[in-house]
Amino acid sequence: MVADTCAKHFKILGLTTVLMGVSAIGVQAQQAAAPAPVRLGIVSFLTGPAASPFGIPGRNGAEIMIEALNGGKVPAPYATVGLGGTKIEAKYVDEAGSAANVVTEFRNLVQRDKVDAVVGYISSGSCLAVTPVAEELKALTVYFDCGTPRIFEEAARKYVFRPSPHATMDNTGAARYVLSKKKDVKFFSGINQNYAWGQDSWRDFLSAMNILAPSAKAEKELFPKLFAGEYGAEISTLLTSKSQVVHTSFWNGDLEGFLYQSQARGLSKRMPIIATTAEASIWRMRDKMPDGTIIGGRGPNGPLAPNTALNKWFHGIYVDRYGTPPTYPSYQMALAILGLKVAWEKAQKTKGGGAPTTEEIVSAFEGIEYEAPSGKVKLALGKGHQGIQETAYGTYRFNKQKQTPEIVDVIRFPAECVNPPSDVNSDDWVKGGMKGAKC
Amino acid sequence: MSARTNLAGASAFVVLAAAALAAPAWFVSLATIAFANALVVLGLIVLWRAGLVPFGQALYYCVGAYTVALLARWVGITDAFVMLAVSGLIAGLVAYVVGFLLARYREIFFAMLSLALSMILYGVLVKTETLGSTDGFGVATPTFAGYAPHREALGLALYWLVLAVGALCAFAVSTYFRTTAGALAIPIRDNEIRIEFLGLSVNDLIHLKLVIAGVVGGLGGALAAMSIGHVDPNMSYWTTSGGFVFVTILAGASSVAAAFVGSLVFEIVRTVAVDLLPGFWQMILGSVLLLTILFLPEGLGSVFARLRGAPDRGAP
Amino acid sequence: MLTAFAIVADGLVYAAYLFLVAVGLTLIFGVMKILNVTHGSFYAFGAYGAATAAGIYFDRSLPDALGFLFMILFAMGIGLILGLILERGILRLVYGKDEVVIVLVTYAVFLILEDVITLIWGPRSYGAYQPMVAAGSIDVGRLTLSNYDIGLVIIAAALALATFLALKRTRFGRLLTVVIYDRETAAAFGVNVTLVYTVTFVIGAMLGTLGGAVMAPKISVTLGIGVEVIVLAFAVVAIGGMGSIEGALVGALIVGLARAAAVHLMPQIELFIIYGVMALVLAFRPFGLFTRAEPRKI
Repeated sequence: MVADTCAKHFKILGLTTVLMGVSAIGVQAQQAAAPAPVRLGIVSFLTGPAASPFGIPGRNGAEIMIEALNGGKVPAPYATVGLGGTKIEAKYVDEAGSAANVVTEFRNLVQRDKVDAVVGYISSGSCLAVTPVAEELKALTVYFDCGTPRIFEEAARKYVFRPSPHATMDNTGAARYVLSKKKDVKFFSGINQNYAWGQDSWRDFLSAMNILAPSAKAEKELFPKLFAGEYGAEISTLLTSKSQVVHTSFWNGDLEGFLYQSQARGLSKRMPIIATTAEASIWRMRDKMPDGTIIGGRGPNGPLAPNTALNKWFHGIYVDRYGTPPTYPSYQMALAILGLKVAWEKAQKTKGGGAPTTEEIVSAFEGIEYEAPSGKVKLALGKGHQGIQETAYGTYRFNKQKQTPEIVDVIRFPAECVNPPSDVNSDDWVKGGMKGAKC
Repeated sequence: MSARTNLAGASAFVVLAAAALAAPAWFVSLATIAFANALVVLGLIVLWRAGLVPFGQALYYCVGAYTVALLARWVGITDAFVMLAVSGLIAGLVAYVVGFLLARYREIFFAMLSLALSMILYGVLVKTETLGSTDGFGVATPTFAGYAPHREALGLALYWLVLAVGALCAFAVSTYFRTTAGALAIPIRDNEIRIEFLGLSVNDLIHLKLVIAGVVGGLGGALAAMSIGHVDPNMSYWTTSGGFVFVTILAGASSVAAAFVGSLVFEIVRTVAVDLLPGFWQMILGSVLLLTILFLPEGLGSVFARLRGAPDRGAP
Repeated sequence: MLTAFAIVADGLVYAAYLFLVAVGLTLIFGVMKILNVTHGSFYAFGAYGAATAAGIYFDRSLPDALGFLFMILFAMGIGLILGLILERGILRLVYGKDEVVIVLVTYAVFLILEDVITLIWGPRSYGAYQPMVAAGSIDVGRLTLSNYDIGLVIIAAALALATFLALKRTRFGRLLTVVIYDRETAAAFGVNVTLVYTVTFVIGAMLGTLGGAVMAPKISVTLGIGVEVIVLAFAVVAIGGMGSIEGALVGALIVGLARAAAVHLMPQIELFIIYGVMALVLAFRPFGLFTRAEPRKI
């Protein structure tokens, strides 16, 4: 009986060993193809509602950047092959699932697949769950999208970096843009999804409006559930209100559904909608995006990106490959990968050649400044781990002659205007009157 | 029979505990989460034997997990044993209170009411912005009666803790199955009125089962929170409950060991599927479930029963 | 006053949406005692199908109304094929198993179909807004109502009436009623239960895709829309009483009006409305509003 049970358990262990063996063989086969490449784990949503707007553009951005880097085709100063002459090999992983799944897959990348660095994560929940594990495993991790400022404000981090700015900038920028276009706002409303992203976005926007226009009043604060799809009652509430502008941090499906429905009911004619992530939707919605919508792209991304040679190159290769212009997740991914490259090569130079260790890359990464397709970035916050960039907002217009979306009346806000100074908690900074903002 | 089963369980425990020293670190943490989830499945097996399948068992999982996280955050307690005891107690208390309502329900109404209750907790947590809403918040690194390991040592300590708690719960539940109250599960499923003719209250018997399932579910959530290092309201969402029911069907209700085997197999299948086909792992998962139901109607547990050559299957 | 009108109008629109997604589910449950998780996939396939049809039809300067009809027929055609494949190919194999096991079978199929959607349509999202844009709007004071929403309420009411009449007045409807009440007796009296099952499941699937098709113009058709609908439909059906068409209608109206009132008057509680109503109703009517208690057999 005992022997039977043991045999049973050995069978399970045997199965497990076979499974582990299979993945190990896969790893070895890949290694044999190119001598000791740099291995990166790229994590983004490949399934579920966030795949189409963020996950796939992010993955595509990684794919095309890695290909260009390996071919040495990225314009100067990034013309060296791969990372410091070593080619990059990427493994793509799905971010979908519970926090337990995300953490398990992160451990698998670091401990089983032995990647040199992990680049990824879209959901703030994923980033918050992965951060302590990355620190514990001493694994270099570069976030590319997730918006919450909490990652570097709750504790100092060593192995975790986020070159793309956090979400505070999106909403302080939005408030500044609204007030520069409509100085006499008396009433405004917000419709945001009832989860952390929507709640944080509205809180930041509301605090910024209270500081910048104390006489303006928040009228309706609507929080439909995430992926609700049907917004009839919310639109009626807004239609019967006195608001002159409505703020939303809706994204993709919810944003598009809300915009279709508010157009059908004349809401977008009554009051402009300021949509902090709408840049990711303009190429799909085209003439169905209401003219006059105020468009944000989580930083100077997409059509809001500066007119530089690097941006033109990135835009060009992306359109050639995928047939659609890159949206902000693609830009953020390029920003993250280039940041890793800059840090890597800086560490290599300090060392005087050869592959740098994680510790060397981590200390080289802190506080770097560099240029990406979305312009200049500086890792100024969180003791040099969190990037700040300028941001830009503009007004949407569909150009009927050229049959193409346009963003006009663009206003750019310098990085120090819309981001807190280092060592100040962003929530406190906004509520406390945005002291030290250089606009 | 029971002595033999206990002996078999004890030797399985020793083998599994020793195996961790040889296994790679990533696999140990995968098994830790799998066995923590297995505790919830254990509770579901208790209920399923009586014909009850809740779609909201994640309620207790989430209560246990948040208890651990909040004990560290608000009270400053990080001792794993204290946190476990409190989590089990609170989850059991919640199950006891909710049980007065739930014990009156059967079949699909039981399933839906338990779902509604877990979704109300989800809603409350989403509304609680000070606890990070849907982003959740981190769980402090647990200590073990003064011992404060890190990295690999922490992983092993958590694994052994999960294994020990799992073994204790498995033993307790299988003992319960042999008591009168436990043995009446299948008669309850077949026909309640006969039980009442014996002078017993079916609702009371089910209330006890709900509390047992709640306590082990809470312990599972507490252990999961410690090993993940993060809690979020998603732990109470209906898809989480759906996942537990999924594993229960995969495992089958034949024995308590099935919960642990099923949960581990599920985690391995999921992680291999994500590794092989990152965009299409749900299809693999769904196919595995479908094939299990079609070809192993009694769950994975039945394979072992067959291997054991149990000739008395189906006999009372 | 305008707010009260808005609550009723919004409530009716939301109720129409809920009824349209719940009616197929409750029909299948009533006849077959299957809680069909795949219903979410039917909704998603309907929406994707309608979006595909809209892509084929519009921009060819054909009449808009026919385009809407084409979208619905296209989507229901998908429901017909999908329903047949699932019932004949998979469910047939598991009839007679524990109800919960069958729920899990439909859950497994749902997981597979989620990825089938990605295989067919890719991860991008689709719009099918043309019918809603073409329908236009009317003004009631400061409130602008979409004619498409009004049409949705009419479609839902017509569907409720049609199912009611079909169950009471047609031969097949009466057969269904017999099977709903007592499967074994029905079989003993020579009712071809197998055929009734197939037809019911296919009709349920077509109603699911219909729900997706009529909602497609209002939403962005994207991955994961099916998941959201499942619990919504379950809740409505549990409130009304599993398997009761009248119940689904009343459940949809209660939830729809309660939600609209919450959004207008107390937006904070919107998240809890549906589950709160469900818990409340089940606490007082354990089998939902419109189901009779099962006789207890010794």
